[in-house]
Amino acid sequence: MIRRNWWKLLCIILLVYTCIAGLLGGVPELHILNETIRNLYFHVSMWFAMMIFFFISVWNAIRYLINPVQRFDILSLAYARTGIIFGVLGLITGAIWAQYTWGKAWSNDPKQVGAAIALLIYFAYLVLRNSMDDLDKRARVSAVYNIFAFALLFPTLWIVPRMLESLHPGGMGNPGFDPKDMDSRMRLIFWPAAVPGWTLLGVWITMLYVRLQRLKDKMFQNG
Amino acid sequence: MSRTAHHIIALFKKDLLLEIRQQYTFYGVLLYVASTIFVLYLAMGQPESMVWNGLFWVIQLFICINAVAKSFLQESRGRMLYFYSIAGARNFITSKLLFNMLLMLAMSLISLFLFQLLMGSPMEKMGMFIGITMLGGISLSLVFTFLAAIAAKAQQQAAIMAILGFPIIIPQLLLLMKISNAAFADVVQAGLGQMVWLMAGLDLMVIFLALILFPFLWKD
Repeated sequence: MIRRNWWKLLCIILLVYTCIAGLLGGVPELHILNETIRNLYFHVSMWFAMMIFFFISVWNAIRYLINPVQRFDILSLAYARTGIIFGVLGLITGAIWAQYTWGKAWSNDPKQVGAAIALLIYFAYLVLRNSMDDLDKRARVSAVYNIFAFALLFPTLWIVPRMLESLHPGGMGNPGFDPKDMDSRMRLIFWPAAVPGWTLLGVWITMLYVRLQRLKDKMFQNG
Repeated sequence: MSRTAHHIIALFKKDLLLEIRQQYTFYGVLLYVASTIFVLYLAMGQPESMVWNGLFWVIQLFICINAVAKSFLQESRGRMLYFYSIAGARNFITSKLLFNMLLMLAMSLISLFLFQLLMGSPMEKMGMFIGITMLGGISLSLVFTFLAAIAAKAQQQAAIMAILGFPIIIPQLLLLMKISNAAFADVVQAGLGQMVWLMAGLDLMVIFLALILFPFLWKD
C-alpha cells in the first residue's frame, strides 16, 4: 500500500474532480442554503475524514496494548495528528459557511461546541505524550488515554447533538447533514469522489509522516 | 469470586481508615469548599437560578479534581509495588472507584447544603435536585478517578490532570446542567428521562473501561 503509487494518482484525480465538478456542477436550489451547499464537498468530507482517522488511531492504540510494537504507537500518533489537521480544517470551512448562512462565524451551536471539545481532547493527548520521557511508558499510557477519550467523546458527539436544538442542517437522523438536501447530481460527487478523495489525501500525509519518523528512528539507532 | 470481593473490601477499608486517621483529604477539601462558596457569596450574593446552577456545577468540578486527584498521587512508588504484589489491578481500581464515589458523594451533598445556606435556594423541586447532585457527583468521581490514574504516570501531575480532564468532562457537565434545569421550573421537561439514562449509561461505560484499561497502566 505504502510503496504503490496508484492510490496517490487516484487521490489527485478524485480531488481535482471534486473541486471542478463541485464548483461548476449543478446543485438543487434550496432556501437559505443556495450555492453554499457546495461546502458539503469540503466541510462534511473533512469531518468524515477526521472521524475515520480518529477511529484508525484508536484502533492502533488497541493493537498496541494487545501487542506492544513501536510501529502501532507511531501509527496511532500519526493518525491522531492528521485527524486534528482535518478537524481544524472542518471547523474553519464550517465557520466560513456559517458566516454567510447564519450571519455569525461562531454561535455556540451544539455541533460547533462538540467539534471544539473533540479537538481539545486530542490536543490534550499530544500534551500527555510530551509529558513522559520513557518511550515504552509513553506509548502505553497515551494508548490508554486515547481509548478512554474516544469512548467517552464519540457517544456524546453522536447522541447529545440529536437531543438539543441546533441551526445545523440535518436535525433528525444524521446529526451532521441531511441526506435529503442532496440530489443525484450531488451524490455522484460527494460519495464516490469527495469523501474518499480527502480521506486518501489524509492517508498520504500520514504515511509521509510515518516514513519520516522511521528514518529518524533509524538515524537515532545508528548514532 | 469471594477472594476478589475480600481484596476489594480490604483495599477500600485501608483507604477509609487512612482517611479517618489522617483526616487530611476530607477536611482539606471541606475547607476548600467552604471558602470557595463563601467567596462566591461575597462576590455575588444570591444569584438567579441560571447563574446558581452554572456556578454549582463548576464548583463540583473543582471539588472533584481536588478530592479525587489525591487518591493516586498520595500513593508512593514503593506502596504501589506492595499493592501490586498482594492484589490484582482490577481489585485495586474497583476499591479506588468505590472510595472516591463515597468521598465525592459526601462532598457534593455538603457543598449543596452550603450553597443552599449562603446563596439561597432557587429550586422548585428540592428532592429531585438532591438526586441529580448525587448522580453528578458519582459521574464526576468515576471519570476523574481514572484520569488521576493516567495523570499519576506523567510528570507535573496536577497540571496534566486539568488538561486531560476538562475537555472530557465538558459534555457530561453540560448534560448535568441541562438535566438540573428541570429542578428549577415547575414544568416537566421533555427528554429528561432519556438524559438521565444517558448519564447512567456513561457511568457504566466508564466503570467498564476502567476495569479493562487499568491493568495496562498498572504494570511498570
